[in-house]
Amino acid sequence: MSTADETPTSPLLITLAWLLVGVPLAYGLWQTLVRASALVNG
Amino acid sequence: MSVLDKQAIVARPGYSRWLIPPAALAVHLSIGQVYAFSVFKNSLVASFDTSLTAIGWVFSIAIVMLGLSAAVLGTWVERSGPRKAMLASAICWGTGFVVGSAGIATGQLWLLYLGYGVIGGIGLGIGYISPVSTLIKWFPDRPGLATGMAIMGFGGGALIASPLSNRLMSLYDPDFVATEPGAVASGTALAQTFLTLGVIYTLFMLIGAALVRVPPGHGDDSTAEHSPGTNGALVRASSAIRTRQFWLLWVVLFCNVTAGIGILEQAAPMIQDFFREDGSSAITAAAAGGFVGVLSLANMSGRFVWSSLSDRIGRKPTYVMYLGVGLVFYLLLALFGSASPVIFVALAAVIISFYGGGFATVPAYLKDLFGTLEVGAIHGRLLTAWAAAGVAGPLIVNGILDSVGEPGNLVAADYRPALLTMVGVLAVGFVANLLIKPVSDTHFDHDAHAANEERVADRQEATR
Repeated sequence: MSTADETPTSPLLITLAWLLVGVPLAYGLWQTLVRASALVNG
Repeated sequence: MSVLDKQAIVARPGYSRWLIPPAALAVHLSIGQVYAFSVFKNSLVASFDTSLTAIGWVFSIAIVMLGLSAAVLGTWVERSGPRKAMLASAICWGTGFVVGSAGIATGQLWLLYLGYGVIGGIGLGIGYISPVSTLIKWFPDRPGLATGMAIMGFGGGALIASPLSNRLMSLYDPDFVATEPGAVASGTALAQTFLTLGVIYTLFMLIGAALVRVPPGHGDDSTAEHSPGTNGALVRASSAIRTRQFWLLWVVLFCNVTAGIGILEQAAPMIQDFFREDGSSAITAAAAGGFVGVLSLANMSGRFVWSSLSDRIGRKPTYVMYLGVGLVFYLLLALFGSASPVIFVALAAVIISFYGGGFATVPAYLKDLFGTLEVGAIHGRLLTAWAAAGVAGPLIVNGILDSVGEPGNLVAADYRPALLTMVGVLAVGFVANLLIKPVSDTHFDHDAHAANEERVADRQEATR
């Protein structure tokens, strides 16, 4: 439970921080999936 | 007090612990680039007009330096806190690329060894362990999940770095087409790519360093409330390395990594060789590349999935699975892997997911055995097992394969001695894991233990 002097971290900051690492990771995952698809199509 | 000190980065009340995993990921996604070093291999061989072995040493030096620096600097990382460690790691990793770039631009291979291998390798070691103990302290209820998220980033870093590096080399050398077999980028393009990556990774890691905080009450280790391990264990790094448990876990990690590297190192040629008949393989080079992609995904997802699972089923049973099921799957791969590509890929993917899981679960195993007092420093010392396995794994596989035939002419049966050797390696790790028992209280830091008990009692009294 939050006390009066506790300021919770902004959800926007948490979202931005996760986007910062999530976007490059999603790019890498997508590129790898495309590459891995060659196993079926290659 | 500097803004880098541990005391300066104590989280204010209300600071969300969900900002710590992205901070850790910013570092691990950056240093995970090392697993994608092979994208430069052909271009570096052409640029320096040297052998694959000479270029291969760059990666080997980096991994050995990772293990050594994590072991030697683990205590410094623990005492200095995650921000100072992440900054040091960012400087070393970025400098490694810059010095490496200078080596490529001037044709001095030794500068690449020194830059990427030695300086960059130190950045790898510091960066790898920098967020681990902080994550365990923020997530005492789910240490496997927390460290799994970060160490997943180390696997994910290669997934980003490989296409990014190819894009950069194409940008700086329009004649370079990454999809063409044997394509090489010019030395100038390589040097520019290294420089660009150095800048990108340094900035990315600095964002992680800015975001990271230690939990309230953890600004000073001597007054912090630690989470004890089994039976109340709080053990210092110097005592931990004198315990049976530490060395048994060292053997466990060594065996798990050695067995995983056996497949990873040889993945693309291995799948082609397994389905070779009358001199030609049913698996194309593109499909073999796809197999490497599948293994990368298995490696990354295993780090998160299995490590998170370990919070529910316990660390020892999780390693029983990695080593026991891994052993059976390795055996099936050796005996029946050539029956069908689907069976081969499925078995190899599970084995590699256990390889990744082994890395990600080990910090939580250490926390269970030794408590959080100096878990980062103990983890650093344990990573020497990785460095040793990085040498032993390829030596075993390449040594055995060299003795039975020549690359390009191998078939499934030629792999059996190497795979069966790995079954033996996994069996050793399996037994070592079974022998791990809780640490005896003779190794506990009794002063730290008593002070910790007092702090816990005070806190419980205050919240009553």
